[in-house]
Amino acid sequence: MTELSVKPGKKSFFPYRIGLEPRMAQVSSWLPASLSLGAVVVALMIGALILALGGGNPWATYAHIARASFGSLGVLSDTLVKATPLIFIGLACSLAFRMRMWNIGAEGQFYMGAFGASAIVLLPVLPAEAPRWQFLILMAISGMFFGAIWGSLPGLLKAKFNVNEVISTLMLNYIAIAFCNFFIFNVWSEGGFQMSPKFPKNSWLPRLTDYASTVPEFAGLTTHAGFILAVLAAVVVWFILHRSKWGYEIRLVGDNKRAAEYAGIRISRNIVFVMMLSGALAGLAGMSEISGVVHRFQGAISPGYGFTGIIVAWLAKLNPYAVIPVSILFGALILAGREIQPSGIPKMIQGIILVCLIASDFFLRYRVRIRKQVEA
Amino acid sequence: MDILVILQAGVASGTVLLFATLGEILSERSGVMNLGVEGMMLVGAMSAYSIAVHLGNPWLGLVVAMLFAGIISQIHAFITITLHADQVVSGLALTFVGTGLSLVLGEGLNKAGTVALLPTLSIPLLEHIPVIGDIFFKNHSIMVYIGYLFIPLTWYFINKTRPGMHLKAVGEFPAAADSQGIKVYRLRYLYVFIGGMLAGLAGGTISLAISPGWFSELTTGGQGWIAVGLVIFAQWNPIRAAAGSYIFGALRRLVLDIQGPTMLLGFANPFFYNPYLGFFLQMIPYAFTIVVLVIGSQEAMRKRIGAPAALGEPYVRGERGK
Repeated sequence: MTELSVKPGKKSFFPYRIGLEPRMAQVSSWLPASLSLGAVVVALMIGALILALGGGNPWATYAHIARASFGSLGVLSDTLVKATPLIFIGLACSLAFRMRMWNIGAEGQFYMGAFGASAIVLLPVLPAEAPRWQFLILMAISGMFFGAIWGSLPGLLKAKFNVNEVISTLMLNYIAIAFCNFFIFNVWSEGGFQMSPKFPKNSWLPRLTDYASTVPEFAGLTTHAGFILAVLAAVVVWFILHRSKWGYEIRLVGDNKRAAEYAGIRISRNIVFVMMLSGALAGLAGMSEISGVVHRFQGAISPGYGFTGIIVAWLAKLNPYAVIPVSILFGALILAGREIQPSGIPKMIQGIILVCLIASDFFLRYRVRIRKQVEA
Repeated sequence: MDILVILQAGVASGTVLLFATLGEILSERSGVMNLGVEGMMLVGAMSAYSIAVHLGNPWLGLVVAMLFAGIISQIHAFITITLHADQVVSGLALTFVGTGLSLVLGEGLNKAGTVALLPTLSIPLLEHIPVIGDIFFKNHSIMVYIGYLFIPLTWYFINKTRPGMHLKAVGEFPAAADSQGIKVYRLRYLYVFIGGMLAGLAGGTISLAISPGWFSELTTGGQGWIAVGLVIFAQWNPIRAAAGSYIFGALRRLVLDIQGPTMLLGFANPFFYNPYLGFFLQMIPYAFTIVVLVIGSQEAMRKRIGAPAALGEPYVRGERGK
């Protein structure tokens, strides 16, 4: 039994004292979810306070965010578009974090995936009139391949040289973006503009609006097949983590590295493979964004998806299925955030949400008891 | 491309890394890894510049930068020390908060006019030493000289003073330190605060001295993360941290200057004739950070010196020590 050290226990200045007991029993399943929800509410309130202090109207801002992201079928569709890469990256982070590999490099893996997918069209690997299924499959494979390479690099460095993966993945982000910029500005630049030529329609992921001729309600809806792919990916990752031997190993290494070692699990190999799959998922996010939304290779294709994905994974408690609704929530924040001034507000709110989430985990591990002070 | 100019500029821009790295060393020595350096630096850079713009006093700006970053760091301290949460995730969260906060509060700041910056000066006598004087003691911002003072002071404090011993004890074996009457929690809060203040100082040094101005996230451009990497390379030793910082500073300048001349080592300079190849030059500091990490980790393994033993471990009073 531990006492919270910040309370002066000796003096009975406060008639009550706060006692903390580590939770021994399994917590009931509703507690983590409701705690996370509570953390988000608290975070939004803190955000409101800061907005109010800055002279803004927080409630108008929040109402605006809600309206601009869920208010109509059209914006809801846009929200799903923003959520798609977040699901992939949230899954990538969940997988790596489950093994306590801190993959902060999803942003770079996303860009490398986008590069890999673009290379199929721009090199070109396939002629422009190739059928759509060939384009999409090759682009997905190539995107995953480049993302996987980018993810496995820090994995290898960690396994071979014990290099801190937080810093190596982060440094690789900067390198990946510079690498992509070289191609965007120079090799594939269209007439000196900082973007590649537009891709042929065969290489686009099908969108809802493409079927407007059969279902008129779909007209103008930009949600693309990448969303379905992302949901499928969530199912796959769930099966890997919770129904496969490899997933068991991943979870064991994450929970107790030493026990895993004694159980004969090869940790270095798992590190490399997990980082590879994590990178591949982030790379697939890049492919889906290029092929489903941007339709050309250009810079600034990510408003920090790689970092928001970290928060998504954490809010979803690393549960692949929970990643989907959480991503939609954050997709809304990103979508509406584009119009909010100052532009740092969505980022700040994301940070505060993460802070409150981590803080709320405390109540999962400890039970707080308020007891009457007994005179000694 | 003058080698003296590059080294001189390296010392100047290395000073930023120096402050941030020293701060992180102090924090990690107490057992708390704070990955929020980048965020705290941004907060520092923004607030220092903002104060200098609005009140016209760069020194006041520096003080506010240090205090603001220090206060922000206490979020991390509370979450990791009192709530025993994971230090990696909390540090990331701090980076998000710091970045977001500085973007919100720094909105419109880049359009502000000219600002009173920190003074530049040369050290009498020392500036006349050939080469050394040119690199280290001539026409530098006053922050560079303050940086020189910090290196031996930090080293002396950690290794030769009683509070320094307490700091190390708390980071190596908090349970033993606790049993000796050292206030583990209090000291960890304190050193996270000092680490935050130094990160704020680093940020203020950027915006008021080394590359003046507020350019949102580009102000730091990942230097906070490089500082975290340098701590590992430095093996938690201030002297090595200084060497690493200055080398890195010089590298950053070299990367810029290498595009200038038409000839390079007797060949036509490809970076001059195709400026887009500069993107590959941009990668160098980040790639070098990884190389430096590999070297640092290898050396640490070979010499069996490593991180403070309790780094990253929350200390829970009454639980069995490890």
